Amino acid sequence: MRSKHSIILIAAAIFLTLFAFGCKKEAPPPPPPPPPPPPEAPAPTVSITAEPSSIERGKAARLTWSSTNAASAEMNQGIGAVATSGNREVFPTRSTEYTITVKNADGKSASASATVTVRAPPPPPPPPPPKPDLSEAFSDANIQDALFDYDKSDLRPDAQNVLRANGTAIKALLGDYPEAAFLLEGHCDERGTTEYNLALGDRRATAAMEFLVNLGVPASKLSKVSLGEERPVCTDEDESCYQRNRRAHLRLR
Amino acid sequence: MRDHWMRAIALVAAIACPSAAQQEPDAVIVLSDEQRDPRIALPEIRGPIDSASAVDRFNDEVWKALEASGRLDIVPRSFYPRSAPRRPEDIQVDTKKMPEDPGARGLWLGGWAETPVIARYLVYGQIEDVDGRLALQGYVADVSQESVEASYIFGKRYYSEANAAGARGMAFDFARDILKNLGLGEGLAGTRIYYVHRDEGDDRKEIWVMDYDGRNKQRITNYRSLCLTPAISPDGRRIAFTTFVEGVPEIYVHSLETGRRLQFYNQDASLNTTPSFAPDNSAIYFASSASGRSQIYRADPDGGNLRRVSYSRALDVHPTVNPKTGAQIAFVSGASGMPQVYLMDSEGANRRRISGGGGDAVQPAWDPSGERLAFAWTRGYELGNYNIFLVDVASKRYTQLTHSRGRNDHPSFSPSGTHIVFASDRMGSTQIWSMRADGTQLRQLTSRGINESPVWATR
Repeated sequence: MRSKHSIILIAAAIFLTLFAFGCKKEAPPPPPPPPPPPPEAPAPTVSITAEPSSIERGKAARLTWSSTNAASAEMNQGIGAVATSGNREVFPTRSTEYTITVKNADGKSASASATVTVRAPPPPPPPPPPKPDLSEAFSDANIQDALFDYDKSDLRPDAQNVLRANGTAIKALLGDYPEAAFLLEGHCDERGTTEYNLALGDRRATAAMEFLVNLGVPASKLSKVSLGEERPVCTDEDESCYQRNRRAHLRLR
Repeated sequence: MRDHWMRAIALVAAIACPSAAQQEPDAVIVLSDEQRDPRIALPEIRGPIDSASAVDRFNDEVWKALEASGRLDIVPRSFYPRSAPRRPEDIQVDTKKMPEDPGARGLWLGGWAETPVIARYLVYGQIEDVDGRLALQGYVADVSQESVEASYIFGKRYYSEANAAGARGMAFDFARDILKNLGLGEGLAGTRIYYVHRDEGDDRKEIWVMDYDGRNKQRITNYRSLCLTPAISPDGRRIAFTTFVEGVPEIYVHSLETGRRLQFYNQDASLNTTPSFAPDNSAIYFASSASGRSQIYRADPDGGNLRRVSYSRALDVHPTVNPKTGAQIAFVSGASGMPQVYLMDSEGANRRRISGGGGDAVQPAWDPSGERLAFAWTRGYELGNYNIFLVDVASKRYTQLTHSRGRNDHPSFSPSGTHIVFASDRMGSTQIWSMRADGTQLRQLTSRGINESPVWATR
């Protein structure tokens, strides 16, 4: 009987042992000691400078900032998110305070500001007086017609004086307006004929042109045309009108 | 009246310029021979009643064309018998049967040869309707002859559209044949006059053309520029002129058949002007300032093969080639002071003055025979007051054709040589006039705007 009993005991012991091992996790652990509280994030710091801190309107200043312990950074004046350290150019049109705000992971923030002072630019130097239009300058140059005798193309003393003055004037004009070019028109009075006056007007234009070239006006700046008797400045039938029509007329090309 | 003028001018010239007369004994004013023109009777030619207005136009234009020829004396119709032959078969040869009443003698040659008509020639014929067109059978008889055969000079058939323009063209053809068959040249009908026109208040000039009588004015150029100095090729197919289209005066050549511009190379110069065609159309002579002053050049019709012809230290301009020989060039030169008319051969040799000196003598124009030159000269007048003169090239004798106080210039002969067209401001503005080559029968051809530089062409 005893042996039967002891078998049960042994079995029970094994069972219990097994049981005891099998249920070991289920067993409530002893309460751990409370963990130490997590360490607090360190407070952020930030600094910003503007270089130069004073500018003329229209010029740029450079903002340079650096921070510690910052997770994010934001700039006012509509600039928005920026790197936690960095720099950028700004072009304020009036004196402006730039404030950068940094935050650490805990949302703690710090700010720093820099002011860019904007000065009005110095008044521009007075502009050089505007260059007059070439045609205005030409008409101010007081160019005169060189006049001729009937049926002649040689230059009378008065025509030479006129051409000297014209030559001086257009050389000055060419200094200011290197692009300028001139046309010499040869004209005749109506008493000749269409055909001969075309030849005579051509000769008058040529005579005036050669004279101007001898005065140093570049030949490349001059061209010529004969208008014969086709373009009179007046149509009266008297010598003063005929004389006005017998002319070498200088104009802008 | 003309004799009176001539003597007066000759006298004035002799008194005013005795030394000139001594230096140039050949430069005297000569009176042209008066020659009586043959009398011709031109009764109305009848035609179909349906085309009465075209037939009337035909008769009118034949009359005017024969009259304008200046070679015939047309007997007024009031002297004519009441009827005229229509065909040679109508002519009555039995002179014994000729009525006493002059009005009833129309079918007898004598009825036209004797008083009151006293004609040498009779034009007759008839116009019929052939399939809606007009057919003229026209004749000319020498009424001094006794038989129909001997009187017959010519007969020809013509056709035209049954309208005014057709009738006018047919009249021109008939009139030209009448003149040709009578040995009187070709007349003027069918010829045309080119000229420079500008509107009042406008400074542009274009080339226009009109018929010999001033009708049918048409514009030729439309460059809206200055177009000057027209010249027509002898075959009537091309026109050359000076234009400022590209700024400086240049020569343009146009076809008158297509109206298109033809190639003409202008040498690099401030002036290329006054073109003139050689008679065989093989060359164009012109003036160019390529050497520094206007001189005469010759080129092919397209401007190629350019050659300088004149070498002078003066202005040489306005060449015009002898239309008969092609071997002489008349031109204007300032070599002796005021411009004068010169001659040289086509290579530039034998240069000599042809006008007598004194005043401006310009714008030479050959007559078709190549023996005379018309030109404009201020001799005896103030500067600018030109008159038309005629000079015989061989003898250098000259005749004054116009005697106006104003300006009469730019003469040009009709192709037959019987007439001269010119520009004159005698009535105020400058207009184109024609006259017989002896200075008579003046007719004004233009009246609107300003018209100048006329050139008479074959067609």
